[in-house]
Amino acid sequence: MSQSLEQLQKEFLYEKTNSCVQCGYCLPVCPTYATMGKETHSPRGRINLVKMVGEGKIKDVSVLEEPLDLCLGCRACETACPTGVEYGSILEAARAALVRRKKFSAPVRLLRKTMFKKVFPSSRMMKLTGNALWLYQKSGIQKVVQSSGIMKKLPYHLGDFEAIAPPAVSPAERKQTPVRVGAKGEKKYTVAFFTGCIMDAMFQRINRLSVLLLAEAGCDVIVVPNQTCCGALHAHSGEMEEARHLAKQNIIAFEKANADFIVNNAGGCGAMLYEYGHLLADDKEWADRAAAFSTKSRDISQVLIACGGMPDLQPRSGERVTYQRSCHMTNVQKVVREPLELLTNVPGIKFVEMEEANMCCGSAGIYNIVHYDESMDILDEKMKHTKATGASTVITTNPGCLLQMKLGIQRENLSGSVRAMHLIEYLAEAAGIS
Amino acid sequence: MTSAHIEEVMSIVKTGRVLTDESDRFSYSFDGSFGTYLPDAVIQTKNVEELAALVKFANRERIPVYPRGQSTCLSGGPLPVKGGMVFDLSVMNDLLEISEEDLVAVVSPGVLTADIHKAAEKKGLLYPPDPSSSHVSTIGGNMAENSGGPRGLKYGVTKDYVIGLELITPEGEIIKTGGRTVKNVTGYDLTKLIVGSEGTLGIITKAVLRLLPKPPASETVMAVFNNLVDAGSAISKILSAGILPAKMELMDQASIAAVENYEPLGLPVDAEAIILLELDGHPAALKDEVKQAAELCKSVGARDIRIPQNAVERAEVWRARKLVSPAIVRIKPTKISEDATVPRSKIPQMCERLQQIRDKYNVHLVVFGHAGDGNLHPNIICDKSDKEEMNRVEQAVAEIFTAAVELGGTLSGEHGIGTMKAPFMEMELGTVGLDMMKRIKEAWDPNNIMNPGKIFPEPGQKLELS
Ligand SMILES: Cc1cc2nc3c(=O)[nH]c(=O)nc-3n(C[C@H](O)[C@H](O)[C@H](O)COP(=O)(O)OP(=O)(O)OC[C@H]3O[C@@H](n4cnc5c(N)ncnc54)[C@H](O)[C@@H]3O)c2cc1C
Ligand code: SF4
Ligand code: SF4
Repeated sequence: MSQSLEQLQKEFLYEKTNSCVQCGYCLPVCPTYATMGKETHSPRGRINLVKMVGEGKIKDVSVLEEPLDLCLGCRACETACPTGVEYGSILEAARAALVRRKKFSAPVRLLRKTMFKKVFPSSRMMKLTGNALWLYQKSGIQKVVQSSGIMKKLPYHLGDFEAIAPPAVSPAERKQTPVRVGAKGEKKYTVAFFTGCIMDAMFQRINRLSVLLLAEAGCDVIVVPNQTCCGALHAHSGEMEEARHLAKQNIIAFEKANADFIVNNAGGCGAMLYEYGHLLADDKEWADRAAAFSTKSRDISQVLIACGGMPDLQPRSGERVTYQRSCHMTNVQKVVREPLELLTNVPGIKFVEMEEANMCCGSAGIYNIVHYDESMDILDEKMKHTKATGASTVITTNPGCLLQMKLGIQRENLSGSVRAMHLIEYLAEAAGIS
Repeated sequence: MTSAHIEEVMSIVKTGRVLTDESDRFSYSFDGSFGTYLPDAVIQTKNVEELAALVKFANRERIPVYPRGQSTCLSGGPLPVKGGMVFDLSVMNDLLEISEEDLVAVVSPGVLTADIHKAAEKKGLLYPPDPSSSHVSTIGGNMAENSGGPRGLKYGVTKDYVIGLELITPEGEIIKTGGRTVKNVTGYDLTKLIVGSEGTLGIITKAVLRLLPKPPASETVMAVFNNLVDAGSAISKILSAGILPAKMELMDQASIAAVENYEPLGLPVDAEAIILLELDGHPAALKDEVKQAAELCKSVGARDIRIPQNAVERAEVWRARKLVSPAIVRIKPTKISEDATVPRSKIPQMCERLQQIRDKYNVHLVVFGHAGDGNLHPNIICDKSDKEEMNRVEQAVAEIFTAAVELGGTLSGEHGIGTMKAPFMEMELGTVGLDMMKRIKEAWDPNNIMNPGKIFPEPGQKLELS
């Protein structure tokens, strides 16, 4: 591949790095700078590395691989930056440029291809995964496996995650997911529900509860057929073409529903949907349709608040609750107020904000799997603050964060006294819906 | 450095890290100013003895050593302009002790200034120096640069609060200067010499800082002027009336407009200047001072006085001032932030000179800053990829320095000399004055290994911004 400086500048979005004035205001909010302790893993450092490529000072771009790989993509730096550096775009472009140049080893290439092109985008594959999980848990294999110690030998510490996987949904139950539910009482909006691939495979219950809560709050809910994975994992791994392809498929699927809002319940997916406009901005044919899609995209908490909040919640008895924000919800979608409002409106709870509430928990897509040790360092910090709140319930709004917080609770031996839940599960519990 | 050198470094550093990868070296090659300079190695250790041993080794082998905090310097201070080793002292952030009886804080150099503010406030005390970078910059960097902030007007700058130091000399010895007492007249005041020496006389490894009781209350006054020169008169009027505000900040029309564009806060965009005052002290006295200050501003032509009524409104007013920096870089990407400082009485003349310079070189010049102490921040907004423009900017900057010195002021009120202002040192200090400073440097650091390339100009060195 030819590497003229001009081409590198274009591919790596050199122009955008120029708005970084190297003030360092982003340093205190960056989880990897805090845990890894060097500028190489700070936002300012990463931007500078890209800048150095654009200025021809770094000739071998593979130098950037590790620093960019180890970025969580939480984008807290973007929120902290006074001059509006578009870190997310720079990161995305740089990763794509690196992937284009990288020679993956054969097995990794195969794994990437299977996961990105075959598994996540395919609802059939994801259902199979969900079903396999169910079979695994129900058949007794899980018990045998757990007692055999084989889990410790799995690559990528997958064994650790095994224990925290949610109870799987049976194939029969899966088929019961409603496709259309009418609003209870006065109808306020018609919404199209985005199921998400991992949410659908592993957290089917949360999806079902989401639909029911939306109806309860006054929405006609349509679960749109032919929708697919949001593409976030692809985009974050530099597989931009695949991400665009999936976006288009979703745009087509949701245009048909003609709803007021496109609703999701996963911070990470939501952020991706929110950015379709930006993802396809240079595509003449799709730019407007993508922008229209993004304009309609909402987190479920926004829609529930727009409907006037959850009616008829039963009082809790002074339960201490804390909230782990989803980075992408906070820093990309900028949804901050609504989840907190829904949570604190649950009568009788004692809400305690944790220190450094805005720091990432280290889940970040598949970061906790591929960078296990780094992720656990970040999680340990998070758990320190979580424990300090004395909360018995930790609320999250993203499946990755939910799993990660469960893992954190397990690592701290708190499984008996602390639970992690998605906001939707908690609201459903308070509303007496199951 | 040779690979044998690196090996020796690694054998000395037992408790920390030695970084030599290209990605790491590039990550320690910049600061908040201009230029990229690659160090050969970056050292991170919390161990003072290891650092001292490294300096001894560097002194023996004539390897440059560059202390570094969080690299927010605006004058090139931590840049490894001659290669060698960067010592990342931000990792030395463990010690932060507040002693209420002695009214001091004892800190290690990597502690963030804002953390000192927080710790002091918890005990009802105040560490006054407040650079606007305080939530990112280290106390070590603050001491080396002798940083100041808006509160400098009433409370002074960093050097006024450092009473004791532990230092590694350029020859690798560990010494102590000053101590824990405010009064201390034993011998030469090395503490004051080291504070502000920009890392050229040694590495600060511990410091004793003086604290004050926290004032019980504060009030804010905003005065709006149709005329920049009137605003200047208001400043001297207030000060000569015996009122000493904690802060007294100026925003000119260009900065007001930039902030309003960036985030509408309801500022008067047609005004030529705004002055923001913060008064602190006993609530009863404050009431009176606020009234007096407001009347004085009116008497010199303020068209409007706003007094925020609660903490939220006060924060809003100060937010406007804080937003100036980020707001102006939205106009063009490159910001040359100068801190030329003039005696208070010369503020109106300096404002006039700045307007002339702006027109003469046709540059986008914005003025704001700590008006109360004459520490204006003329900022030039430009685009560093535009060579022709940068040429004009370089000339304009040089003329700003000349204007400040001619009016009896100084090159730098708080950002330091570093690489950026070295070429202008002789203009302010004269040949002999500069030579006396050089002799001090030579006595402390005979082999010139400690932060070489800073403060003192190399023959023929010129300001270069591109
Ligand atoms: C947005 C912004 C706003 C700013 N506002 C202000 C302001 O209001 N007032 C102000 O005064 N400055 C301000 N600055 C400049 C800068 O923040 C200060 O100079 C600060 O003190 C630098 O601290 P640092 O930890 O980043 O040090 P660095 O930039 O890393 O280093 C600064 C100097 O200190 C030396 N040094 C660092 N640590 C040590 C040590 N332990 N021993 C010996 N030498 C050492 C370095 O060699 C270098 O010469 C601002 C900067 C930015 C980017
Ligand atoms: S995205 Fe998150 S991890 Fe990455 S540089 Fe920004 S703050 Fe750090
Ligand atoms: S990304 Fe923003 S906050 Fe971080 S150093 Fe650059 S300008 Fe400053």
